Amino acid sequence: MTEAVSTQRKKIHPHKFTLWVGIGSIIMMFAGLTSAYIVKGSMAGFTTMQMPKLFYYSTAVMLISSLTMQWALKSFKERGMQQYRRLLTLTMVLGFTFIAMQIIGFSQLWESGTRLKGSTGAGQFLYVIFGLHAVHVLGGVIALIVMFIKAFSARIRNYNSVPVEVMSTYWHFVDLLWVYLFVFFLFKL
Amino acid sequence: MSHGHAEVITTHEVHHDEHGAHHHHQSFITKYVFSQDHKIIAKQFLITGMIWAIIGGLMSVLFRLQLGYPDQTFPWLEDILGNWAKGGKITPENYYALVTMHGTILVFFVLTGGLSGTFANFLIPLQCGARDMASPMMNMLSYWFFFGGSIVMLSSLFIQTGPFSGGWTAYPPLSALGDASPGSKTGMDLWITAMAMFVVSSLLGGLNYVSTVLNLRTKGMSMTRLPLTIWALFFTAVLGILSFPVLLSGFILLLFDRHGGTSFYLSDIYIAATNQALPNEGGSAILFQHLFWFLGHPEVYIILLPAMGMASEILSVNSRKPIFGYMAMVGSLFAITILAFLVWAHHMFVTGLNPFLGSVFVLLTLLIAVPSAIKVFNWLTTIWKANIKFTPGMLFALGFVSLFISGGLTGIFLGNSTLDIHLHDTYFVIAHFHIVMGVSAFFGMFAGIYHWFPKMYGRYMNNTLAYIHFWVTLIGAYLIFWPMHYEGLAGMPRRYLDYSNWSSFNMFGDLNKFISTVAMIVFAIQLLFVFNFFYSIWKGRKVTTLNPWGATTLEWTTPIHPGHGNWEGEIPEVHRWAYDYSKDGRDFIPQTEPIGPNESKH
Repeated sequence: MTEAVSTQRKKIHPHKFTLWVGIGSIIMMFAGLTSAYIVKGSMAGFTTMQMPKLFYYSTAVMLISSLTMQWALKSFKERGMQQYRRLLTLTMVLGFTFIAMQIIGFSQLWESGTRLKGSTGAGQFLYVIFGLHAVHVLGGVIALIVMFIKAFSARIRNYNSVPVEVMSTYWHFVDLLWVYLFVFFLFKL
Repeated sequence: MSHGHAEVITTHEVHHDEHGAHHHHQSFITKYVFSQDHKIIAKQFLITGMIWAIIGGLMSVLFRLQLGYPDQTFPWLEDILGNWAKGGKITPENYYALVTMHGTILVFFVLTGGLSGTFANFLIPLQCGARDMASPMMNMLSYWFFFGGSIVMLSSLFIQTGPFSGGWTAYPPLSALGDASPGSKTGMDLWITAMAMFVVSSLLGGLNYVSTVLNLRTKGMSMTRLPLTIWALFFTAVLGILSFPVLLSGFILLLFDRHGGTSFYLSDIYIAATNQALPNEGGSAILFQHLFWFLGHPEVYIILLPAMGMASEILSVNSRKPIFGYMAMVGSLFAITILAFLVWAHHMFVTGLNPFLGSVFVLLTLLIAVPSAIKVFNWLTTIWKANIKFTPGMLFALGFVSLFISGGLTGIFLGNSTLDIHLHDTYFVIAHFHIVMGVSAFFGMFAGIYHWFPKMYGRYMNNTLAYIHFWVTLIGAYLIFWPMHYEGLAGMPRRYLDYSNWSSFNMFGDLNKFISTVAMIVFAIQLLFVFNFFYSIWKGRKVTTLNPWGATTLEWTTPIHPGHGNWEGEIPEVHRWAYDYSKDGRDFIPQTEPIGPNESKH
């Protein structure tokens, strides 16, 4: 498939391109939500709360997983399949860890009295926006599981790097998206 | 595992020019139901859209019956509608449900899914010179999400509390509070679910359209050699990709308000029905309106641009003349795409928008008149002094131009925030948007169906029925919507069940009867079109030449019944733009013909 594409014209692979356009679409969604926050945040009676400490650590987990993903892609391209499998697994575990930490962070917030019910405030936005981001990470983790099964399957020998590149681009995107959302809330809270 | 195999084959063939069309055997299910062939998916979108159009159109007949004859009862209505029309009269709740569903169905399921779903799928690979979409699998999913959303939306018509009835814009608090009205209960949940699936379908489709246009054009097909249909469908997809996600975020917040008790859109509400004051504070319905109209306005261009693109192509082919001002056409499509994102608040002039902000949106709104006027000028100069072939497709394309001008002019009235104080929520608005984006987009769609039907099914539709369809629909559309301008200028508000107690509008009683009668005739004539369509699929006159209209574009170089893969053998190479008509003494020169040594420059 890669050679066929190269005969077509020296262009970005359609799947990678589709991913970039899809990323643009996801950005619009979060732009809509964060701009809604900006509009509401300036209104009277808007309540805020403390960012749970745990989210600092989940940021670190997310950033590290981005590194391991990049490293996995590099190993794949150099045909270091053993290393690739290890790093892919590590990325997947870090993804799971991130989602688990988000859930724990939410429950800490809930315990400290930030609820969905009642008058509007930063907490309601945080649950929705961070929750939606976690759903996008979960989508990435599911894709990682599929790649994990393919990487450990004895039957399939595939050295096409496009799926891995698409995966790593998406993973870096949810990482950057998290950094944006986290910094956004840090400034706003 | 067999599914994964099929996917590999398809992508393999998409990229390998030398392999040509599909040769391996396919079952009925993979060929016609879960098909990954863009042409079959296009037909699935088209026929689903047509079913929706009949349902949505029938709804308008039912509420026109109420509006035209508010003092009469129709016992047969109770026979077919049951509780919706107790005693032969449509109940107020169901009247609102009917207008809400009519809007939702026509705007999203017919003129978005049915229109760009059909023609983007059908024309993009054929006119760009690609074997299929960038991802046939995603394309198939796009249809099945649309189908699923359709089923959910349809099911909401049959539940006890009825479908959502708070208007197609789904403004809170009616959409956010189950206690607010019967339709706000389960009907609204089904509405949101269906719409979320529809958004997913649009996004999957749109991603495919954009990456196919940008990445899978055949050799020699530079962007400036693309037919205007493809440019229009490309910008349509861009609009959808950037605006539908914002609608989805609006819906997500709405869901939390409905079921999580949050206050994004709700504040200080007392519900009379349950005699209850709600604890919600600090929310604002205006926030939803911003998020909704940030999609909602681009949405009207999502509906209109495909019609514009197809009309441009069909006008040029049947005038036997190059399109006038090709680059101006592309530029104006681009300008419309940009401006589409900057005008949403003109839907909110009277809902509590800051008047200063309103004046900015007035300016940006009126700016849209510039690219629109460029397009109209170019269409008129394209047909100017042309030797026009009045095929059914051409007639509908001309009808589109007529309706776009008529409807566009009243847009200049409504774009002014001061005039809007008088005109908002009147029949003037109904008349404006029905002509400019409803009927005119339908005319673009009909033009496209009549023009590309031979490519879709290898047969022609019946011309006599098509001419009857055209003239009755065109005259009927003007007779229905033209009088509504007068009603609106007189201040007659929209969304009312019965005006008879309102003496200032009694003078419109006969006019309303007249409008309702014409609406029923026009609806009946659409059934004639549906008959023509299905009859012609099996019994129409057979197409015997590859290029029946004498068009330059690539879809007419494929076999009469193209298989999955479109071209047998190699994909043709493109050497020129799509509009070499009546050039150097020749009627037309196909895009595949190399530039001759003595050829003049266009």
